[in-house]
Amino acid sequence: MTAKIVIQGVEKSFGPKRVLDGVDLAVNKGESVVIIGGSGSGKSVTLKCILGILRADAGTITVDGEDVTHIRGSKRDTYLRKFGMLFQGGALFDSLPVWENVAFGLIQGRGVKRGEARDIAIDKLAKVGLGSEVANLSPAELSGGMQKRVGLARAIAADPEIIFFDEPTTGLDPIMADVINDLIASTVKDLGVTALSITHDMASARKISNRIAMLYKGRIIWEGPTENIDSSGNPYVDQFIKGSAEGPIKMEVRR
Amino acid sequence: MNFLASIGRVFLSFLAGTGRLSVFAGQAVSHIVRPPFYLPLVGQQMLRIGYFSLPVVGLTAFFTGAVLCLQIFIGGNRYGAEVFVPQIVVLGIVRELGPVIAGLMLAGRVSAAIAAEIGTMRVTEQIDALTTLSTNPMKYLVVPRLVAAVISLPFLVAVADSIGVLGGYVVGTQSLGFNGAVYMKNTMDFVTNGDILSGLIKAGAFGFIIALMGCYHGFNSKGGAQGVGAATTSAVVSASILILAANYLMTSLLFSE
Ligand SMILES: Nc1ncnc2c1ncn2[C@@H]1O[C@H](COP(=O)(O)OP(=O)(O)O)[C@@H](O)[C@H]1O
Ligand SMILES: [Mg+2]
Repeated sequence: MTAKIVIQGVEKSFGPKRVLDGVDLAVNKGESVVIIGGSGSGKSVTLKCILGILRADAGTITVDGEDVTHIRGSKRDTYLRKFGMLFQGGALFDSLPVWENVAFGLIQGRGVKRGEARDIAIDKLAKVGLGSEVANLSPAELSGGMQKRVGLARAIAADPEIIFFDEPTTGLDPIMADVINDLIASTVKDLGVTALSITHDMASARKISNRIAMLYKGRIIWEGPTENIDSSGNPYVDQFIKGSAEGPIKMEVRR
Repeated sequence: MNFLASIGRVFLSFLAGTGRLSVFAGQAVSHIVRPPFYLPLVGQQMLRIGYFSLPVVGLTAFFTGAVLCLQIFIGGNRYGAEVFVPQIVVLGIVRELGPVIAGLMLAGRVSAAIAAEIGTMRVTEQIDALTTLSTNPMKYLVVPRLVAAVISLPFLVAVADSIGVLGGYVVGTQSLGFNGAVYMKNTMDFVTNGDILSGLIKAGAFGFIIALMGCYHGFNSKGGAQGVGAATTSAVVSASILILAANYLMTSLLFSE
Protein backbone atom coordinates (compact mmCIF):
# COMPACT_ATOMS: atom_id res chain seq x y z
CA MET A 1 0.00 0.00 0.00
CA THR A 2 1.38 3.37 -0.92
CA ALA A 3 1.23 6.18 1.59
CA LYS A 4 -1.40 8.93 1.47
CA ILE A 5 1.18 11.67 0.95
CA VAL A 6 4.58 10.95 -0.58
CA ILE A 7 7.21 13.64 -0.95
CA GLN A 8 10.34 12.70 -2.87
CA GLY A 9 13.42 14.81 -3.36
CA VAL A 10 11.57 18.12 -3.17
CA GLU A 11 13.76 21.17 -3.65
CA LYS A 12 12.78 24.80 -3.36
CA SER A 13 14.89 27.94 -3.57
CA PHE A 14 13.99 31.60 -3.24
CA GLY A 15 16.52 33.44 -5.35
CA PRO A 16 19.94 32.25 -4.20
CA LYS A 17 18.53 30.90 -0.92
CA ARG A 18 18.04 27.14 -0.95
CA VAL A 19 15.29 26.38 1.53
CA LEU A 20 14.40 22.76 0.72
CA ASP A 21 17.24 20.58 -0.52
CA GLY A 22 15.72 17.20 -1.27
CA VAL A 23 13.00 16.52 1.28
CA ASP A 24 11.74 12.93 1.46
CA LEU A 25 8.74 12.10 3.59
CA ALA A 26 5.78 9.76 3.49
CA VAL A 27 2.61 10.08 5.55
CA ASN A 28 0.31 7.07 5.80
CA LYS A 29 -3.45 7.21 5.90
CA GLY A 30 -4.79 7.93 9.37
CA GLU A 31 -1.38 8.80 10.72
CA SER A 32 -0.40 12.01 12.51
CA VAL A 33 3.09 13.13 11.57
CA VAL A 34 4.85 16.16 13.00
CA ILE A 35 7.76 17.89 11.32
CA ILE A 36 10.01 19.62 13.82
CA GLY A 37 12.74 22.09 13.00
CA GLY A 38 14.01 25.55 13.80
CA SER A 39 12.36 28.76 12.69
CA GLY A 40 13.03 29.46 9.05
CA SER A 41 14.04 25.87 8.31
CA GLY A 42 11.38 25.56 5.61
CA LYS A 43 8.58 23.80 7.44
CA SER A 44 5.85 26.11 6.16
CA VAL A 45 7.36 26.03 2.68
CA THR A 46 7.08 22.22 2.71
CA LEU A 47 3.36 22.38 3.46
CA LYS A 48 2.80 25.08 0.85
CA CYS A 49 4.51 22.96 -1.79
CA ILE A 50 2.13 20.08 -1.03
CA LEU A 51 -0.83 22.45 -1.30
CA GLY A 52 0.43 23.85 -4.60
CA ILE A 53 0.65 27.38 -3.16
CA LEU A 54 4.38 27.26 -3.87
CA ARG A 55 5.87 25.24 -6.73
CA ALA A 56 8.66 22.80 -5.99
CA ASP A 57 11.73 23.38 -8.19
CA ALA A 58 12.47 19.66 -8.32
CA GLY A 59 11.15 16.40 -6.91
CA THR A 60 7.66 14.92 -6.88
CA ILE A 61 4.70 15.07 -4.56
CA THR A 62 1.96 12.46 -4.77
CA VAL A 63 -1.29 12.39 -2.84
CA ASP A 64 -3.49 9.28 -3.06
CA GLY A 65 -1.23 8.08 -5.86
CA GLU A 66 -1.88 11.20 -7.96
CA ASP A 67 1.11 13.33 -8.97
CA VAL A 68 0.22 16.81 -7.78
CA THR A 69 3.62 18.47 -8.10
CA HIS A 70 2.48 20.77 -10.88
CA ILE A 71 -1.26 20.74 -10.35
CA ARG A 72 -2.98 24.05 -11.11
CA GLY A 73 -6.19 25.82 -12.04
CA SER A 74 -9.54 24.18 -11.39
CA LYS A 75 -7.89 20.78 -10.93
CA ARG A 76 -6.04 22.22 -7.98
CA ASP A 77 -9.27 23.66 -6.56
CA THR A 78 -10.79 20.18 -6.66
CA TYR A 79 -7.64 18.59 -5.25
CA LEU A 80 -7.56 21.06 -2.36
CA ARG A 81 -11.00 19.92 -1.20
CA LYS A 82 -9.21 17.01 0.42
CA PHE A 83 -7.41 19.40 2.72
CA GLY A 84 -8.05 21.54 5.73
CA MET A 85 -5.32 23.88 6.86
CA LEU A 86 -4.74 25.71 10.10
CA PHE A 87 -2.40 28.59 9.33
CA GLN A 88 0.39 29.79 11.58
CA GLY A 89 -1.19 33.19 12.24
CA GLY A 90 -4.76 31.95 11.91
CA ALA A 91 -5.21 33.75 8.57
CA LEU A 92 -8.85 34.42 9.37
CA PHE A 93 -10.60 36.75 6.94
CA ASP A 94 -11.01 39.91 8.97
CA SER A 95 -13.72 41.28 6.70
CA LEU A 96 -16.05 38.40 7.54
CA PRO A 97 -17.72 37.37 10.82
CA VAL A 98 -16.49 34.24 12.58
CA TRP A 99 -19.21 31.94 11.27
CA GLU A 100 -18.59 32.95 7.66
CA ASN A 101 -14.91 32.27 8.15
CA VAL A 102 -15.73 28.76 9.29
CA ALA A 103 -18.30 28.26 6.53
CA PHE A 104 -16.20 29.86 3.79
CA GLY A 105 -15.05 26.64 2.13
CA LEU A 106 -18.60 25.30 2.20
CA ILE A 107 -20.23 28.41 0.72
CA GLN A 108 -17.60 29.45 -1.81
CA GLY A 109 -15.86 26.16 -2.53
CA ARG A 110 -18.84 23.81 -2.58
CA GLY A 111 -21.90 25.97 -3.08
CA VAL A 112 -23.66 25.05 0.19
CA LYS A 113 -26.56 27.42 0.96
CA ARG A 114 -25.74 30.11 3.50
CA GLY A 115 -28.35 29.07 6.06
CA GLU A 116 -27.25 25.45 6.02
CA ALA A 117 -23.57 26.45 6.06
CA ARG A 118 -24.17 28.61 9.11
CA ASP A 119 -25.66 25.68 11.02
CA ILE A 120 -22.66 23.54 10.11
CA ALA A 121 -20.32 26.36 11.15
CA ILE A 122 -21.97 26.67 14.56
CA ASP A 123 -21.74 22.91 14.98
CA LYS A 124 -18.00 22.98 14.14
CA LEU A 125 -17.45 25.91 16.48
CA ALA A 126 -19.03 23.84 19.24
CA LYS A 127 -16.58 21.01 18.43
CA VAL A 128 -13.68 23.36 19.23
CA GLY A 129 -15.37 24.61 22.39
CA LEU A 130 -16.78 27.89 21.13
CA GLY A 131 -20.40 28.86 21.75
CA SER A 132 -22.74 30.29 19.15
CA GLU A 133 -22.34 33.75 20.75
CA VAL A 134 -18.98 34.18 18.95
CA ALA A 135 -20.50 33.37 15.55
CA ASN A 136 -21.32 36.95 14.69
CA LEU A 137 -18.17 38.54 16.14
CA SER A 138 -15.38 39.71 13.90
CA PRO A 139 -12.09 37.76 14.18
CA ALA A 140 -10.34 40.89 15.49
CA GLU A 141 -12.55 40.78 18.59
CA LEU A 142 -11.21 37.37 19.62
CA SER A 143 -8.18 36.44 21.72
CA GLY A 144 -5.27 34.55 20.14
CA GLY A 145 -6.43 31.23 21.54
CA MET A 146 -9.96 31.76 20.27
CA GLN A 147 -8.65 32.70 16.84
CA LYS A 148 -6.72 29.42 16.70
CA ARG A 149 -9.88 27.56 17.57
CA VAL A 150 -11.81 29.34 14.85
CA GLY A 151 -8.98 28.49 12.46
CA LEU A 152 -9.27 24.88 13.57
CA ALA A 153 -13.04 24.94 13.09
CA ARG A 154 -12.51 26.33 9.59
CA ALA A 155 -9.96 23.62 8.83
CA ILE A 156 -12.40 20.83 9.78
CA ALA A 157 -15.55 22.50 8.44
CA ALA A 158 -15.68 20.69 5.12
CA ASP A 159 -14.76 17.28 6.60
CA PRO A 160 -11.34 17.03 4.94
CA GLU A 161 -9.36 13.80 4.61
CA ILE A 162 -6.09 15.52 5.41
CA ILE A 163 -5.43 18.35 7.84
CA PHE A 164 -2.29 20.46 8.04
CA PHE A 165 -1.47 22.32 11.22
CA ASP A 166 1.13 25.06 10.90
CA GLU A 167 2.53 25.84 14.36
CA PRO A 168 -0.81 25.44 16.12
CA THR A 169 0.53 26.45 19.55
CA THR A 170 2.96 29.23 18.69
CA GLY A 171 2.13 32.46 20.49
CA LEU A 172 -0.22 30.89 23.02
CA ASP A 173 0.23 30.61 26.78
CA PRO A 174 1.15 27.07 27.95
CA ILE A 175 -2.33 26.25 29.19
CA MET A 176 -4.09 27.41 26.04
CA ALA A 177 -1.41 25.58 24.04
CA ASP A 178 -2.30 22.38 25.85
CA VAL A 179 -6.00 22.94 25.23
CA ILE A 180 -5.29 23.32 21.52
CA ASN A 181 -3.08 20.21 21.56
CA ASP A 182 -5.88 18.20 23.12
CA LEU A 183 -8.30 19.56 20.55
CA ILE A 184 -6.02 18.57 17.71
CA ALA A 185 -5.33 15.13 19.14
CA SER A 186 -9.02 14.43 19.65
CA THR A 187 -9.98 15.89 16.26
CA VAL A 188 -7.48 13.68 14.48
CA LYS A 189 -8.66 10.63 16.38
CA ASP A 190 -12.39 11.28 16.10
CA LEU A 191 -12.40 12.24 12.45
CA GLY A 192 -9.91 9.59 11.43
CA VAL A 193 -8.06 12.06 9.27
CA THR A 194 -4.46 12.07 8.14
CA ALA A 195 -2.60 14.89 9.84
CA LEU A 196 0.66 16.62 9.06
CA SER A 197 1.72 19.28 11.51
CA ILE A 198 4.75 21.43 11.92
CA THR A 199 5.98 22.91 15.13
CA HIS A 200 9.03 23.79 17.13
CA ASP A 201 7.12 23.15 20.36
CA MET A 202 8.24 19.70 21.57
CA ALA A 203 5.43 19.34 24.10
CA SER A 204 2.99 19.85 21.27
CA ALA A 205 4.84 17.48 18.95
CA ARG A 206 4.80 14.68 21.55
CA LYS A 207 1.14 15.13 22.25
CA ILE A 208 -0.30 15.23 18.75
CA SER A 209 1.90 12.86 16.74
CA ASN A 210 2.46 9.17 16.11
CA ARG A 211 5.61 9.90 14.21
CA ILE A 212 8.12 12.75 14.15
CA ALA A 213 10.44 13.92 11.39
CA MET A 214 13.13 16.54 11.83
CA LEU A 215 13.88 19.04 9.09
CA TYR A 216 17.34 20.55 9.11
CA LYS A 217 19.20 22.38 6.35
CA GLY A 218 16.52 21.52 3.80
CA ARG A 219 16.44 17.76 4.46
CA ILE A 220 14.70 15.31 6.77
CA ILE A 221 17.62 14.20 8.94
CA TRP A 222 15.72 11.87 11.23
CA GLU A 223 12.31 10.29 11.44
CA GLY A 224 10.77 7.73 13.70
CA PRO A 225 7.91 6.91 16.06
CA THR A 226 7.18 9.56 18.65
CA GLU A 227 8.09 7.27 21.52
CA ASN A 228 11.61 6.89 20.09
CA ILE A 229 12.31 10.59 20.00
CA ASP A 230 14.27 10.53 23.25
CA SER A 231 16.44 7.64 22.12
CA SER A 232 17.02 8.78 18.55
CA GLY A 233 20.78 8.73 18.92
CA ASN A 234 20.83 11.71 16.59
CA PRO A 235 22.79 14.62 18.07
CA TYR A 236 20.74 17.19 16.11
CA VAL A 237 17.46 15.79 17.41
CA ASP A 238 18.85 15.57 20.93
CA GLN A 239 19.92 19.19 20.85
CA PHE A 240 16.57 20.29 19.47
CA ILE A 241 14.42 18.45 21.99
CA LYS A 242 16.58 19.68 24.85
CA GLY A 243 16.43 23.19 23.49
CA SER A 244 20.12 23.63 24.13
CA ALA A 245 22.43 26.21 22.59
CA GLU A 246 25.29 23.68 22.76
CA GLY A 247 25.47 21.08 20.03
CA PRO A 248 25.91 20.49 16.33
CA ILE A 249 23.18 23.02 15.36
CA LYS A 250 24.83 26.42 15.30
CA MET A 251 22.60 29.45 15.24
CA GLU A 252 23.83 32.10 12.91
CA VAL A 253 23.97 35.00 15.29
CA ARG A 254 25.76 38.09 14.07
CA ARG A 255 27.52 40.00 16.76
CA MET B 1 31.51 50.52 -17.25
CA ASN B 2 29.94 50.27 -13.82
CA PHE B 3 27.62 53.08 -14.76
CA LEU B 4 26.46 51.31 -17.93
CA ALA B 5 25.99 48.11 -15.97
CA SER B 6 23.73 49.79 -13.48
CA ILE B 7 21.69 51.42 -16.25
CA GLY B 8 21.37 47.98 -17.79
CA ARG B 9 20.24 46.50 -14.51
CA VAL B 10 17.60 49.16 -13.99
CA PHE B 11 16.37 48.67 -17.55
CA LEU B 12 16.21 44.88 -17.16
CA SER B 13 14.31 45.08 -13.89
CA PHE B 14 11.95 47.56 -15.52
CA LEU B 15 11.30 45.09 -18.34
CA ALA B 16 10.81 42.24 -15.86
CA GLY B 17 8.37 44.36 -13.85
CA THR B 18 6.43 45.30 -16.97
CA GLY B 19 6.27 41.64 -17.94
CA ARG B 20 5.01 40.58 -14.53
CA LEU B 21 2.39 43.32 -14.54
CA SER B 22 1.20 42.33 -18.02
CA VAL B 23 0.87 38.68 -17.01
CA PHE B 24 -1.06 39.72 -13.89
CA ALA B 25 -3.36 41.99 -15.92
CA GLY B 26 -3.91 39.27 -18.54
CA GLN B 27 -4.81 36.71 -15.88
CA ALA B 28 -7.16 39.13 -14.15
CA VAL B 29 -8.98 39.97 -17.38
CA SER B 30 -9.27 36.32 -18.39
CA HIS B 31 -10.89 35.56 -15.02
CA ILE B 32 -13.52 38.25 -15.55
CA VAL B 33 -15.32 36.17 -18.13
CA ARG B 34 -14.92 32.74 -16.50
CA PRO B 35 -17.24 31.55 -13.71
CA PRO B 36 -17.72 31.53 -10.79
CA PHE B 37 -18.74 35.18 -10.56
CA TYR B 38 -18.96 37.00 -7.26
CA LEU B 39 -21.62 39.58 -8.08
CA PRO B 40 -22.39 40.65 -4.49
CA LEU B 41 -18.71 41.48 -4.09
CA VAL B 42 -18.85 43.68 -7.19
CA GLY B 43 -21.75 45.59 -5.65
CA GLN B 44 -19.92 45.94 -2.36
CA GLN B 45 -16.82 47.25 -4.12
CA MET B 46 -18.86 49.69 -6.22
CA LEU B 47 -20.16 51.14 -3.01
CA ARG B 48 -16.66 51.50 -1.59
CA ILE B 49 -14.95 52.67 -4.76
CA GLY B 50 -17.71 54.73 -6.32
CA TYR B 51 -20.24 55.90 -3.80
CA PHE B 52 -17.88 56.73 -0.96
CA SER B 53 -15.61 58.66 -3.32
CA LEU B 54 -18.35 61.10 -4.26
CA PRO B 55 -17.51 63.75 -1.63
CA VAL B 56 -13.78 63.86 -2.49
CA VAL B 57 -14.38 63.91 -6.21
CA GLY B 58 -17.16 66.49 -5.94
CA LEU B 59 -15.12 68.88 -3.81
CA THR B 60 -11.98 68.70 -5.94
CA ALA B 61 -14.00 69.09 -9.13
CA PHE B 62 -15.78 72.15 -7.76
CA PHE B 63 -12.57 73.99 -6.93
CA THR B 64 -10.93 72.91 -10.16
CA GLY B 65 -13.81 74.35 -12.18
CA ALA B 66 -13.74 77.50 -10.10
CA VAL B 67 -10.02 78.15 -10.51
CA LEU B 68 -10.12 77.25 -14.19
CA CYS B 69 -12.83 79.84 -14.75
CA LEU B 70 -10.85 82.45 -12.86
CA GLN B 71 -7.59 81.84 -14.75
CA ILE B 72 -9.21 81.77 -18.16
CA PHE B 73 -11.01 84.98 -17.38
CA ILE B 74 -7.78 86.68 -16.28
CA GLY B 75 -5.87 85.34 -19.28
CA GLY B 76 -8.66 85.97 -21.79
CA ASN B 77 -9.14 89.46 -20.47
CA ARG B 78 -5.84 90.54 -22.04
CA TYR B 79 -7.25 89.86 -25.51
CA GLY B 80 -10.82 90.76 -24.81
CA ALA B 81 -11.63 87.05 -25.08
CA GLU B 82 -13.41 86.71 -21.75
CA VAL B 83 -16.73 85.91 -23.45
CA PHE B 84 -15.35 82.48 -24.30
CA VAL B 85 -14.79 81.56 -20.66
CA PRO B 86 -17.81 79.21 -20.33
CA GLN B 87 -16.87 77.32 -23.50
CA ILE B 88 -13.24 76.86 -22.54
CA VAL B 89 -14.12 75.87 -18.98
CA VAL B 90 -16.54 73.17 -20.07
CA LEU B 91 -14.14 71.82 -22.65
CA GLY B 92 -11.26 71.72 -20.19
CA ILE B 93 -13.36 70.02 -17.54
CA VAL B 94 -15.14 67.48 -19.68
CA ARG B 95 -12.24 66.47 -21.87
CA GLU B 96 -9.31 66.58 -19.46
CA LEU B 97 -9.65 67.84 -15.91
CA GLY B 98 -12.78 65.95 -14.88
CA PRO B 99 -11.33 62.51 -15.69
CA VAL B 100 -7.79 63.35 -14.59
CA ILE B 101 -8.74 64.95 -11.28
CA ALA B 102 -11.17 62.16 -10.45
CA GLY B 103 -8.58 59.59 -11.53
CA LEU B 104 -5.82 61.07 -9.42
CA MET B 105 -8.04 61.45 -6.36
CA LEU B 106 -9.08 57.82 -6.68
CA ALA B 107 -5.50 56.72 -7.22
CA GLY B 108 -4.88 58.17 -3.78
CA ARG B 109 -8.04 56.97 -2.14
CA VAL B 110 -8.79 53.65 -3.79
CA SER B 111 -5.46 52.25 -5.07
CA ALA B 112 -4.00 52.83 -1.64
CA ALA B 113 -6.90 51.17 0.15
CA ILE B 114 -6.87 48.17 -2.19
CA ALA B 115 -3.09 47.73 -1.92
CA ALA B 116 -3.20 47.97 1.87
CA GLU B 117 -6.08 45.53 2.17
CA ILE B 118 -4.78 42.92 -0.25
CA GLY B 119 -1.21 43.43 0.97
CA THR B 120 -2.30 42.72 4.54
CA MET B 121 -4.16 39.65 3.34
CA ARG B 122 -0.97 38.52 1.60
CA VAL B 123 1.35 38.92 4.57
CA THR B 124 -1.13 37.36 7.00
CA GLU B 125 -1.56 34.36 4.66
CA GLN B 126 -5.25 35.11 4.06
CA ILE B 127 -4.64 34.81 0.32
CA ASP B 128 -3.11 31.35 0.82
CA ALA B 129 -6.09 30.52 3.00
CA LEU B 130 -8.45 31.47 0.16
CA THR B 131 -6.60 29.09 -2.14
CA THR B 132 -6.78 26.21 0.31
CA LEU B 133 -10.52 26.81 0.59
CA SER B 134 -10.78 26.16 -3.17
CA THR B 135 -11.42 29.82 -3.93
CA ASN B 136 -9.33 31.54 -6.57
CA PRO B 137 -7.97 34.79 -5.09
CA MET B 138 -7.85 36.35 -8.56
CA LYS B 139 -11.58 35.80 -8.96
CA TYR B 140 -12.53 36.56 -5.38
CA LEU B 141 -10.36 39.62 -4.76
CA VAL B 142 -9.10 41.11 -8.02
CA VAL B 143 -11.97 40.70 -10.47
CA PRO B 144 -14.66 42.37 -8.29
CA ARG B 145 -12.39 45.38 -7.70
CA LEU B 146 -11.47 45.71 -11.37
CA VAL B 147 -15.04 45.45 -12.59
CA ALA B 148 -16.37 47.79 -9.90
CA ALA B 149 -13.72 50.42 -10.66
CA VAL B 150 -14.27 50.28 -14.43
CA ILE B 151 -18.02 50.71 -13.93
CA SER B 152 -17.83 53.32 -11.16
CA LEU B 153 -15.29 55.70 -12.65
CA PRO B 154 -17.43 56.92 -15.58
CA PHE B 155 -20.25 57.71 -13.16
CA LEU B 156 -17.90 59.53 -10.85
CA VAL B 157 -16.47 61.49 -13.77
CA ALA B 158 -19.95 62.41 -14.96
CA VAL B 159 -20.57 63.82 -11.49
CA ALA B 160 -17.17 65.54 -11.51
CA ASP B 161 -17.93 67.09 -14.90
CA SER B 162 -21.24 68.53 -13.68
CA ILE B 163 -19.82 69.85 -10.43
CA GLY B 164 -16.74 71.23 -12.19
CA VAL B 165 -18.91 73.19 -14.59
CA LEU B 166 -20.96 74.31 -11.61
CA GLY B 167 -17.77 75.56 -9.91
CA GLY B 168 -16.99 77.67 -12.98
CA TYR B 169 -20.55 78.88 -13.11
CA VAL B 170 -20.52 79.99 -9.47
CA VAL B 171 -17.26 81.95 -9.89
CA GLY B 172 -18.36 83.33 -13.27
CA THR B 173 -21.70 84.60 -12.05
CA GLN B 174 -20.80 85.56 -8.48
CA SER B 175 -17.49 87.31 -8.95
CA LEU B 176 -16.82 87.83 -12.65
CA GLY B 177 -20.12 89.38 -13.61
CA PHE B 178 -21.43 86.77 -16.08
CA ASN B 179 -25.15 86.45 -16.59
CA GLY B 180 -26.20 83.04 -15.30
CA ALA B 181 -28.52 82.13 -18.15
CA VAL B 182 -26.02 83.20 -20.81
CA TYR B 183 -23.19 81.29 -19.09
CA MET B 184 -25.25 78.09 -19.05
CA LYS B 185 -26.46 78.53 -22.62
CA ASN B 186 -22.93 79.05 -23.92
CA THR B 187 -21.75 76.00 -22.00
CA MET B 188 -24.53 73.72 -23.23
CA ASP B 189 -24.46 74.89 -26.83
CA PHE B 190 -20.75 74.44 -27.11
CA VAL B 191 -20.06 71.06 -25.53
CA THR B 192 -20.71 68.01 -27.74
CA ASN B 193 -21.61 64.45 -26.84
CA GLY B 194 -18.26 63.42 -28.25
CA ASP B 195 -16.45 65.62 -25.74
CA ILE B 196 -18.36 64.09 -22.86
CA LEU B 197 -17.97 60.56 -24.18
CA SER B 198 -14.22 60.92 -24.60
CA GLY B 199 -13.94 61.83 -20.93
CA LEU B 200 -16.07 58.86 -19.87
CA ILE B 201 -13.98 56.45 -21.96
CA LYS B 202 -10.89 57.80 -20.28
CA ALA B 203 -12.60 57.31 -16.94
CA GLY B 204 -13.16 53.62 -17.61
CA ALA B 205 -9.50 53.17 -18.50
CA PHE B 206 -8.42 55.04 -15.36
CA GLY B 207 -10.69 52.82 -13.27
CA PHE B 208 -8.89 49.80 -14.67
CA ILE B 209 -5.49 51.31 -13.87
CA ILE B 210 -6.50 52.28 -10.33
CA ALA B 211 -7.82 48.84 -9.37
CA LEU B 212 -5.07 46.98 -11.21
CA MET B 213 -2.27 48.89 -9.49
CA GLY B 214 -3.82 48.44 -6.07
CA CYS B 215 -4.31 44.70 -6.61
CA TYR B 216 -0.94 44.09 -8.25
CA HIS B 217 1.12 45.80 -5.59
CA GLY B 218 -0.99 44.32 -2.80
CA PHE B 219 -0.62 40.81 -4.20
CA ASN B 220 3.13 41.18 -4.51
CA SER B 221 3.78 42.76 -1.14
CA LYS B 222 6.13 40.92 1.15
CA GLY B 223 7.47 41.24 4.62
CA GLY B 224 5.29 42.67 7.33
CA ALA B 225 3.80 46.09 7.95
CA GLN B 226 6.70 47.72 6.15
CA GLY B 227 6.09 45.69 3.01
CA VAL B 228 2.43 46.65 3.02
CA GLY B 229 3.38 50.31 3.43
CA ALA B 230 5.75 50.09 0.48
CA ALA B 231 3.09 48.36 -1.61
CA THR B 232 0.61 51.13 -0.81
CA THR B 233 3.04 53.84 -1.84
CA SER B 234 3.97 52.03 -5.06
CA ALA B 235 0.31 51.55 -5.90
CA VAL B 236 -0.51 55.25 -5.57
CA VAL B 237 2.60 56.46 -7.38
CA SER B 238 2.36 54.00 -10.25
CA ALA B 239 -1.39 54.48 -10.65
CA SER B 240 -0.94 58.28 -10.80
CA ILE B 241 1.86 58.13 -13.35
CA LEU B 242 0.03 55.60 -15.50
CA ILE B 243 -3.15 57.70 -15.40
CA LEU B 244 -1.32 60.79 -16.64
CA ALA B 245 0.53 58.85 -19.33
CA ALA B 246 -2.62 57.04 -20.45
CA ASN B 247 -4.44 60.35 -20.49
CA TYR B 248 -1.92 61.85 -22.90
CA LEU B 249 -2.03 58.76 -25.08
CA MET B 250 -5.81 58.69 -25.19
CA THR B 251 -6.10 62.41 -25.88
CA SER B 252 -3.77 62.05 -28.83
CA LEU B 253 -5.76 59.05 -30.10
CA LEU B 254 -9.27 60.39 -29.45
CA PHE B 255 -8.68 63.89 -30.80
CA SER B 256 -6.43 63.10 -33.74
CA GLU B 257 -8.67 64.44 -36.51
N1 LIG C 1 7.31 33.42 -0.56
C1 LIG C 1 8.59 33.49 -0.14
N2 LIG C 1 9.49 34.26 -0.79
C2 LIG C 1 10.78 34.30 -0.38
N3 LIG C 1 11.26 33.64 0.67
C3 LIG C 1 10.43 32.86 1.37
C4 LIG C 1 9.05 32.75 1.01
N4 LIG C 1 8.45 31.90 1.88
C5 LIG C 1 9.42 31.51 2.74
N5 LIG C 1 10.60 32.08 2.44
C6 LIG C 1 11.86 31.85 3.15
O1 LIG C 1 12.05 30.49 3.31
C7 LIG C 1 12.58 30.20 4.60
C8 LIG C 1 11.75 29.16 5.30
O2 LIG C 1 10.50 29.73 5.64
P1 LIG C 1 9.38 28.93 6.41
O3 LIG C 1 9.08 27.66 5.71
O4 LIG C 1 8.25 29.88 6.59
O5 LIG C 1 10.07 28.64 7.81
P2 LIG C 1 9.46 27.86 9.06
O6 LIG C 1 10.22 26.59 9.14
O7 LIG C 1 9.72 28.74 10.23
O8 LIG C 1 8.00 27.65 8.80
C9 LIG C 1 12.66 31.51 5.35
O9 LIG C 1 14.00 31.92 5.36
C10 LIG C 1 11.83 32.45 4.54
O10 LIG C 1 12.39 33.74 4.54
MG1 LIG D 1 6.38 28.60 9.47
